[in-house]
Amino acid sequence: MRRLFILFVVAGFGVIFAGLVAGYSERQTLSALATFYLTEVPADLGAANVVTGILISFRGFDTLGEVAVLFMVAASVGVILASEPGDKPHLMSAMGGKGQGPSELVRNGAEVVLPLIFLFGIYVIMNGHLSAGGGFQGGAVVASGVMLMMLAYPTGPLHHGFLSITETLAGVFYVCIGILGMVFAGGFLDSHILPLGDFGTLVSAGAIPLISILLGIKVGAELSVIIDRFRN
Amino acid sequence: MGVPISQILLTTGFLLVLIGFWGILRHRNILRIIIGFSLIDTGMHIVLVATGYITGGTAPIIDEALGIKEAATRTVDPIPAALVVTAIVIGFSVTAIMLSFAIRLHATRKTLSIDALTESKW
Repeated sequence: MRRLFILFVVAGFGVIFAGLVAGYSERQTLSALATFYLTEVPADLGAANVVTGILISFRGFDTLGEVAVLFMVAASVGVILASEPGDKPHLMSAMGGKGQGPSELVRNGAEVVLPLIFLFGIYVIMNGHLSAGGGFQGGAVVASGVMLMMLAYPTGPLHHGFLSITETLAGVFYVCIGILGMVFAGGFLDSHILPLGDFGTLVSAGAIPLISILLGIKVGAELSVIIDRFRN
Repeated sequence: MGVPISQILLTTGFLLVLIGFWGILRHRNILRIIIGFSLIDTGMHIVLVATGYITGGTAPIIDEALGIKEAATRTVDPIPAALVVTAIVIGFSVTAIMLSFAIRLHATRKTLSIDALTESKW
């Protein structure tokens, strides 16, 4: 009975989706909004990557909201996983009792790969306005490196407080740049507060690289906090 | 030529969504339900990106291969790509919250089956 009902629901959605796919014809021209973005982002903002230009400048407020969502997730995961008193020592002794540290392979591999991962993450963050990438993507790469670090060094040097402070400072600077945009340029998070520079070079596109770096630091720290919460 | 690329992508994405629905409804193990949600997320991302494809378009990144002048004629729609970044973040958040629920469930009931949660059942 239950199975039949599930089949019915999935088949119903399948019919709806099939209708959507069948009725869809591939687009041949861009919408007026897309054309506006494609001409304005390189010309007005000086960013070669149009998607990053949209994300950080036109939809900058929305991006700030996304970062706030990530912060909220980090906080609520902490609340949900907050252990009762007396629960934690039991967990720690259980982990220590088995004596299952990371294997040689993980530890040596981490030593080789970790610097490369962090370097790649920083590269992706720094070149967000020039090539595919940006704060979110680079931050996720950095956080994956942090995860490997936690696997290789379970009692490692990563402090929860350090991550929290980094994240907070990045967020504060992000909002400060937004307010500077209100004072010196057209509005909140306007990237015209810095000179545009030469199109296509690393230091160009106004405040977009700066915002991208702050975004990358904040996302990387927030994802690391979430991973760290799951570890405990 | 055959079937257009966006049609193939739409079919793939919607199929993933359907598999995700099936997984959520069919299984009682919370980890499998989480995997179902992730499949729905991924499928939806593919669908969103597919709707932004313009025939013969390239990535909206201006470099030697794509001049500023021809940017508005030769690229795909950048708006869905920008929206999908939001969707990915939300999908990640949902997964993280559900995983912490799974940990909580296992810590209190020593099982991963959602049948153990009887308080809020009507």
